[in-house]
Amino acid sequence: MAAKAAAKTGTQKGAQTGKAPKGNAEDYLRMYRQMARIRAFEDNANQLYLAGKMQGLTHMYSGQEAVAVGICEALTDADKITSTHRGHGHCVAKGADFTAMFCELLGKEEGYCRGKGGSMHIADQSHGNLGANAIVGGSMGIATGAALSAQLRGTDEVTVCFFGDGATAQGIWYEVMNMAALWNLPVIYACENNGYSEYTKTAEIAAGSLTARAEAFGIEAHKVDGQDVLAVNELTTKLVARARKGEGPFFIELDTYRYHGHHVGDINREYYRAKDEEAQWKTDRDPILNFGKWLTEQGVVTEDDLVAMNDEIRADAEAAVAYAEAAAYPGGHEVDMHVYVDSPELDAALRGQTAA
Amino acid sequence: MREITLSKAVNEAIAEEMRRDPNVFLLGEDVAEAGTPFKVLAGLVEEFGPKRVLDTPISEPGFVGIAVGAALTGSRPIVDLMFGDFLFLVMDQLCNQAAKACYMSGGKLNVPMVLRTNLGATRRSAAQHSQSLHALVAHIPGLKVALPSSAYEAKGLMKTAIRDNNPVVIFEDKLMYQDKAPVPEGEYLIPFGKANIKREGRDITLIGTSSMVQVAEKAADLLARDGISAEVIDPRTIVPLDEETILASVRKTSRAIVIDEGHQSYGITGEIASRISEKAFYYLDAPVLRMGAMDVPVPFSPALEDLTVPTPEAVAERARQSVRGELFHAA
Repeated sequence: MAAKAAAKTGTQKGAQTGKAPKGNAEDYLRMYRQMARIRAFEDNANQLYLAGKMQGLTHMYSGQEAVAVGICEALTDADKITSTHRGHGHCVAKGADFTAMFCELLGKEEGYCRGKGGSMHIADQSHGNLGANAIVGGSMGIATGAALSAQLRGTDEVTVCFFGDGATAQGIWYEVMNMAALWNLPVIYACENNGYSEYTKTAEIAAGSLTARAEAFGIEAHKVDGQDVLAVNELTTKLVARARKGEGPFFIELDTYRYHGHHVGDINREYYRAKDEEAQWKTDRDPILNFGKWLTEQGVVTEDDLVAMNDEIRADAEAAVAYAEAAAYPGGHEVDMHVYVDSPELDAALRGQTAA
Repeated sequence: MREITLSKAVNEAIAEEMRRDPNVFLLGEDVAEAGTPFKVLAGLVEEFGPKRVLDTPISEPGFVGIAVGAALTGSRPIVDLMFGDFLFLVMDQLCNQAAKACYMSGGKLNVPMVLRTNLGATRRSAAQHSQSLHALVAHIPGLKVALPSSAYEAKGLMKTAIRDNNPVVIFEDKLMYQDKAPVPEGEYLIPFGKANIKREGRDITLIGTSSMVQVAEKAADLLARDGISAEVIDPRTIVPLDEETILASVRKTSRAIVIDEGHQSYGITGEIASRISEKAFYYLDAPVLRMGAMDVPVPFSPALEDLTVPTPEAVAERARQSVRGELFHAA
């Protein structure tokens, strides 16, 4: 195929930065609610960890909510996403329920993965989440394959591949971008650039520009303010519609910020990140505060409404935590379940052959 | 019954399954017009078109990852890895992704994917195109591993692999592509986890995999001249492994040699020998022997390469020692 014509690069301006509200209030409030739900989920997950009630590794999504919500609100349940080790936000944004999520975090039977995945593999598969991947860049092939499958099966499903700036250093990305561009696959590579590749500044690990890397394959590349949910959503909505028509793939670099450390145990981090920098992002660029402020200024909602919504979400999260803490662990007999799945049609064919 | 080559058998299996199920498709390097360097897939692109017989760039991790994603979302890819040696390039996608998606999701996701590749030395292809690496993937829970030993097995196991809802790695012996065997015209499947008793015998059990089944059979011919009756067993799949058939045979013969073309150390021979020792110990009249490839990279020089793999003569000699009781205190 021919390389795509002139790729566009430039920061997209969204409604939040000045335009009058379009669409309807319901959409805005749902986006606000989903962002607030992610923040509430993470605050509770962090507390569970700090209180010693949650074991293992977990990576907070707080600060990046506008990315997951702006993108997932542009998708249907039939559309797919692949997620990362920092995946709670993607999971909530793609439609997951608090209770099954907290159960998964605590390794309980009622978790989305029956406790077998935990924080780093949490996914509500029924809403098109193909799994959170704990190998950095590990899902880039999977997302591209889901897009190939959609094309082969003649559907108009789109797949979004979430990954961080750190994953742009993995070779597989360049392999699959090449194939996605050759075959016009309906995949959107969404790079959440939160400024840090684990404990190292992105500038120290990434040469040149990230958008230029996608453009080298003839992939149309965009850069957007990842703290502006409407800007993210407007851009993604357009790209998803075009991907459905066979105009993909696309690349989006979303500038965002990770409020916590690389993982919850990364507390003393001044050696790589200044407290002033963290404070500045939290004060000036918080995606939820700023969107809430805009919603009230535009008369979409009152401050009291937002307070009430947040209270309700917090109460939901706390109830889900309490439920998960009391929930049962899977029985020991489940330890060797799900290594393989049954193949009933094959078994029937084999039985028929024996009978014949 | 007609006889066809192993190459033709694989081709027929894939063509039949692609006709039966529109979700089955092929991808890999030079699978379309070239039909792979071994020509195994010749003609498939003409019948099924370039969308279902998809040539990829030389990007093994990328296209195996793509196969995993396609398998997670309703397609049934057969991904072609040109040489088994390239498994090292795709280990993350195969072992961290394909093998674990079902388990990590609590059974909600599954990966009905076939990775077809090859094994086998003595093709004068040196250290990076000659390895038999099936033990590496057999070690990883979540993958199934099939080792066809003839055209008959190659067809039946491939069809079963394509219909299995789990990731299956199928290793063909690249030296056997032109070997002919009787293959029925009609459709058949070969169940996984069911060993084939190739030849019945009473004095010793020779368990051979893939290319080593032929070696075991030739060794059995040599032993027959000495009046030693060897039973030859082909497990056909090593994951799942038909332990019962192997143990039943060893309980009868009381002696066993396990022959496999992977490196001998930490490999398939050790695994099967160990299961026999654990589960048929009191039936044994001699230590269970392992015969794998030498623990050296495969050398190019024909004079050296031929020394690295088990031969019928070597197997027969070890079997004679076992039967004569020469293995006790042999160290």
